[in-house]
Amino acid sequence: MSDLVSDNLNMQFTTPSGLVVHALKDVSFNLKKGELLSVLGPSGCGKTTLLNIIAGFLNPTGGSVKLGGSEILAPGVDRGMVFQQGALFEWLTVAQNVDFGLRMKGADPVETAKKVDEWLEIVGLAGFGDTPTYQLSGGMQQRIALARCLINDPDLILMDEPLGALDALTREKMQSLVLKIWKETGKTIMIITHSVEEALMLGERLFVMAPRPGRLHKEYRLPFAEMGLTQDPRDIKKTQHFSETREEILSMIWNMEEEIMGGGAL
Amino acid sequence: MSDFLFEQRNTIVAFLIIGLIISLVLSIAKGRQVMATERTDLVFGNPAKALGGWYWIVTGMSFVMLIWFYFSWDAARAYNPTAANELCQVAKVENAIKPMRSQFPLDKPNLRGTDLIARDSAQLQRINNSLQTLALEHTVEAEANAIVASLTSALVDQANPVYLQSDLKTELQAIARRIDGLTAKFNDPAYPGDATADQEAAANAQPGWGDTGKEIPVLPATPLGYRYAAVADEMRGIAKDFVKLRNTNPHLLAQVADISLRIKTAQTAAKANLSLSAAEQEVHTKLYRQLNKMLKRIDDGSIFPPSTLNTVQSALVAFDQAHIAQQGGLKTFDAWMMPGGRIMAGNSACSEQGSGRWLPKPSDTLGTLARISNPDIGFKDVPLLWYRWQPVGGMIAFLFPDWIADLIPGDYPRHTQDGQINSNFKSNVRDFVTGNYDSFTIPVPMGHMWDSIVRVVTGLFFGIILGVPLGLFMGLSRFAKGFFDPMVELYRPVPPLAWAPLILTIFGIQDDGKIFLLFMVAFAIMVVSARTGATGTQLSKIHAAHSLGASHHQILRKVILPNSLPEILTGIRISIGVCWGTLVAAEMLAGTTGIGFVENVARKQSDYEVIWVTIIILGVLGLMFDLIMRSVINRTIPWRGKG
Repeated sequence: MSDLVSDNLNMQFTTPSGLVVHALKDVSFNLKKGELLSVLGPSGCGKTTLLNIIAGFLNPTGGSVKLGGSEILAPGVDRGMVFQQGALFEWLTVAQNVDFGLRMKGADPVETAKKVDEWLEIVGLAGFGDTPTYQLSGGMQQRIALARCLINDPDLILMDEPLGALDALTREKMQSLVLKIWKETGKTIMIITHSVEEALMLGERLFVMAPRPGRLHKEYRLPFAEMGLTQDPRDIKKTQHFSETREEILSMIWNMEEEIMGGGAL
Repeated sequence: MSDFLFEQRNTIVAFLIIGLIISLVLSIAKGRQVMATERTDLVFGNPAKALGGWYWIVTGMSFVMLIWFYFSWDAARAYNPTAANELCQVAKVENAIKPMRSQFPLDKPNLRGTDLIARDSAQLQRINNSLQTLALEHTVEAEANAIVASLTSALVDQANPVYLQSDLKTELQAIARRIDGLTAKFNDPAYPGDATADQEAAANAQPGWGDTGKEIPVLPATPLGYRYAAVADEMRGIAKDFVKLRNTNPHLLAQVADISLRIKTAQTAAKANLSLSAAEQEVHTKLYRQLNKMLKRIDDGSIFPPSTLNTVQSALVAFDQAHIAQQGGLKTFDAWMMPGGRIMAGNSACSEQGSGRWLPKPSDTLGTLARISNPDIGFKDVPLLWYRWQPVGGMIAFLFPDWIADLIPGDYPRHTQDGQINSNFKSNVRDFVTGNYDSFTIPVPMGHMWDSIVRVVTGLFFGIILGVPLGLFMGLSRFAKGFFDPMVELYRPVPPLAWAPLILTIFGIQDDGKIFLLFMVAFAIMVVSARTGATGTQLSKIHAAHSLGASHHQILRKVILPNSLPEILTGIRISIGVCWGTLVAAEMLAGTTGIGFVENVARKQSDYEVIWVTIIILGVLGLMFDLIMRSVINRTIPWRGKG
């Protein structure tokens, strides 16, 4: 049982001017092992705060998050992170980036080298081990970030807008890669994204969050991720179900944004 | 090597001149070519590239001209080795004629007498005006007014031809005739005849131009030189007689005696007047002192009636023409080949003055560099660069304490009856442990440049070793920032040189003071740059490392330190530059070795060649350090700017 259980999670910040911001209010959910969750919402709805709490970078002001029954209080190797810009270490080669976690643990170098080769193969970067990372394209860098996180064999993978900085074509390919990894490894994955299409494609479950205070607004259970494993994603996007859901969520977010903008203007 | 250069200098100079001409032509041609494409580039091509033609021409020509300005002296020496000597004789004539010329409106707008009348009458007018403000007794003021009026008339009367004495006229005419006579001789090709044996011997005995350092031979050695030297001698005599002539006619002398007496009488009366307060006495003393001063200016008869000097002036003009005509091609040669300076004649030597003086000749500078690069010569008994050959025995002796020899049983040898000293084992051991024997020599690092480098590197080393960890610490910990920031910021804004006198007084003038000063400089820069690097680490990288299982210590070593490397290396590069500057100044301030010390001593001796040698050494060293740092940067942080 390594479910992710969030129980009445609350997070409040106090700005330097003394204003209290309610970033998360009473967020409760239960993510089963092997589920693929995407989180969507307008900016400022607390998506990244939620992710940071789950990663252990922030401690909530109320409630708790548990992974596999133990409360999350600090960052740990059981949760792997993938960031928007890769956050790769430019001074290291591809292989050194990928085996960073294992080296820090002091794992056996021969074992490590073997694992690195395997993972580079999986993410499609076989033979790039000795290349400096700064010479690679954005898509390749994100593949390294994926491999770097997966080599640690985490229970939960947290992705903070992992494909946000990529061009459309690379993005689609990377989406397929994420689905493939999800299927083959059976990991629990939580993806935060701005793009509604991406959220639909990469979400077995989908949370739409609302701002002020940040809260779970609506939850969907979607078939598209499962379909994406076998079918061409373009065909899926053409289905009526997909476009209807997309329109529904888009107008939902649009209304939220309107509310924020209206409030701000007054 | 240098002999070869010396013998072949005509050829070398020829090549250099051809090279210069070619580059001049090329830069103009390139400029014209670029200008031709400017119009099309503006429309179709790269607009930034379009405007280049004039830059090519202007920059190219300026560069070539600068090279010529610097190099021309050597070229002149190569093609006309006697030119400087001849110009030196020309300068002698100019020196000789100078006291006369200054009387006439030749180099300046007015006759000297005109200037004197203008100046003195203005001064008298000022005194006259100030009399009313002094609040003098009525009679005293009237007398003072009268004295000023008499002074004015004494001044003006000098210009009146009526009072001119006839024998002065005759003497002036004699001077004019003598100048005319000299001019005629000047134009006479036969003058002054062949050089005497003494002259030739003296000319041959003196070293040639530039053979020993920078002197220009002062004695004439060519026909033109002999002629100019002889004319200079005669002209000196004429000028001496001319400046003795004064317009001290009886009329002037009578006026002066009268005024002098009246001032004295008035002065005595004022002193005897007991009703005057001390302040009023002061006013009187000052007034009479002023009047006396004016009288002294007027009584020397240096003003002549306006047309009296006309004959002398026209004689001088004629002489000038001869003086210029006789130089022939030399004047053009001077203008083209020695644009940087002018040869001036002193009492015992001729030297180049002007801008060429501080820009020594390339050959002289390189010669000086070659000379003092020899570790046995060096500068102030210390090698200039970085090594000296030292016997190995001395170094071995350093390892053994001297008392080892004393432990050996027996006595040291004594001298025998016939004054011989026969060594024994004990004395041999002592010779060994004190290094007192002949041994082969090896180069040992020492010298001015070496000392400077060691100081910079040591100061920099400690600055980096201590500054980088503290800077990283300050970048990561709010406590460290709050605690150390004020300390660093307290001394960092003060220019390092402002600390130098204090530090050097505390630590003494030896190495430790300078090293500490450089440490302070490097430390502050390293702290700031390491701190910037640490605070600049993206949070996502730290988060990533954290979630990959790295400990705090590992994050610091494996993520934050490499991530700060660009800033740290830039900091080191800046530190090196600032350290060099500070070191040179500190060495100038105090010390007995170092490149800065050498330059300072050279400055005190106005030794331009050595100053340039130190500038060259410092430039090369600075460049070398920077190149090393650049290659280090390229090797260690190739990702910079590409991340």
